[in-house]
Amino acid sequence: MTARVALLLVSHSADLARGAAELAGQMAPDVLVRGVGGGPDGGLGTSLDAVQKELGDILERLGDDDPAGGVVVLGDLGSSVLTVEAVLELDDSLAERVVLARAPFVEGAVAAAVTAHGGADLAAVLESATASVTMYQPAEGATAAAGAPAEDGATSRTVTVRNPLGLHARPAALVSRKVAELGAAVTIDGVDASSVLQLMALGATQGRELRVEATGERAAEAVATVVEMIDGGFGEV
Amino acid sequence: MALDADWAERWVRRTAEAVADAKDELTELDRQIGDGDHGENLHRGFQAVVARLDDAAAQQAADEERTVGDVLKLVATTLMSTVGGASGPLYGTAYLRAAKVSGRSQIDPPAVVAVLEAALEGVASRGKATVGEKTMVDAWQAAVDAAEAAADDGGSEVDVLRAAAEAADTASTGTIPLVATKGRASYLGERSAGHEDPGARSTALVLGAAMAAAVSGPADPRSAA
Repeated sequence: MTARVALLLVSHSADLARGAAELAGQMAPDVLVRGVGGGPDGGLGTSLDAVQKELGDILERLGDDDPAGGVVVLGDLGSSVLTVEAVLELDDSLAERVVLARAPFVEGAVAAAVTAHGGADLAAVLESATASVTMYQPAEGATAAAGAPAEDGATSRTVTVRNPLGLHARPAALVSRKVAELGAAVTIDGVDASSVLQLMALGATQGRELRVEATGERAAEAVATVVEMIDGGFGEV
Repeated sequence: MALDADWAERWVRRTAEAVADAKDELTELDRQIGDGDHGENLHRGFQAVVARLDDAAAQQAADEERTVGDVLKLVATTLMSTVGGASGPLYGTAYLRAAKVSGRSQIDPPAVVAVLEAALEGVASRGKATVGEKTMVDAWQAAVDAAEAAADDGGSEVDVLRAAAEAADTASTGTIPLVATKGRASYLGERSAGHEDPGARSTALVLGAAMAAAVSGPADPRSAA
């Protein structure tokens, strides 16, 4: 675990919490992702005590050396969110290190986990989770890029998706993590390639030709790296 | 007669009894427009509160230093821990905010109003609801308005609580024709009209218990529900 930010996923259902944590964790192995769910009687609901305990445990593991690190919490329906808010209200000292994201449960968790994996701080991971709400709206980049020629200084190449399952969750996470690591502004078919959700929303299946574009000093290197990853088929061909 | 921590304890014990009696009614109301767990959840929560009060009573026979806020804080944390549904954090926050403004041994009529206002503010901010959305806020808001008016008229603690309880009861019935726009019932849209909001009903029970506890006075025998 090297990430500065951990995730706590709070659901009405213990199974849902566990599953979401498994999914997000698989895409971001360096991030501490925990799920907690179910009521005080073990049925559907949310247990304040369980949320408090899990949060305490996560904070202890993170340590308190990093002022910009912390825990991003996501809740699913009404009472999970209310319970998390109540936990934060009961202990004022948590506010510095724990934030509740207003984000879709699964999409937000995946986006936050992948962002956290790249070593992002608390504010950036929160922003990533919150931005995931836009994944069902047409990507701004996609519409802007549709007819627009490449900007001056931009490097672009096309590459064909080779693996049978296309740019599904795991490959999308690999690409977005690599792009975040490269530090260049990369788009794929007009969408932000550092966003795992936007990449998944492309629905790029096998055989589709993708346009990879980047700007900035390391644009050429970034494009080459991403093209190579996609062309390599992510170990699935 | 100013209200003290013993009143707060009587209030809570009476609430537990009222909720136990109305458990099936609350659950039926919630089954119609929610997920059908309100009665059961609240009952479990208040039974846990009573158990903790019994424990505390056994440990310290007569705690002279106990404030109204101490009792309400215990209710808050217990409800939050034991009620799995949304009503746990909602009621929990109401009692928590109320506890914050009642950290003294006795409260007079203006302070009773302040307690109710704090509870309303807690429910409204936690649930992000306002009046007319067919939620417990409708009952709390009516109670606060009536309590304020009674206190302004120079009413006693009992007068203030009676006004609050009656207003909450009327407001709860008043939720019947409303279309819910917050909470689980809002998923039903128009179909939520014609049913009383279970949270508003339980609020009326809570405030009715507060009034009864003030009327009955300190001689009232404590009984576990």
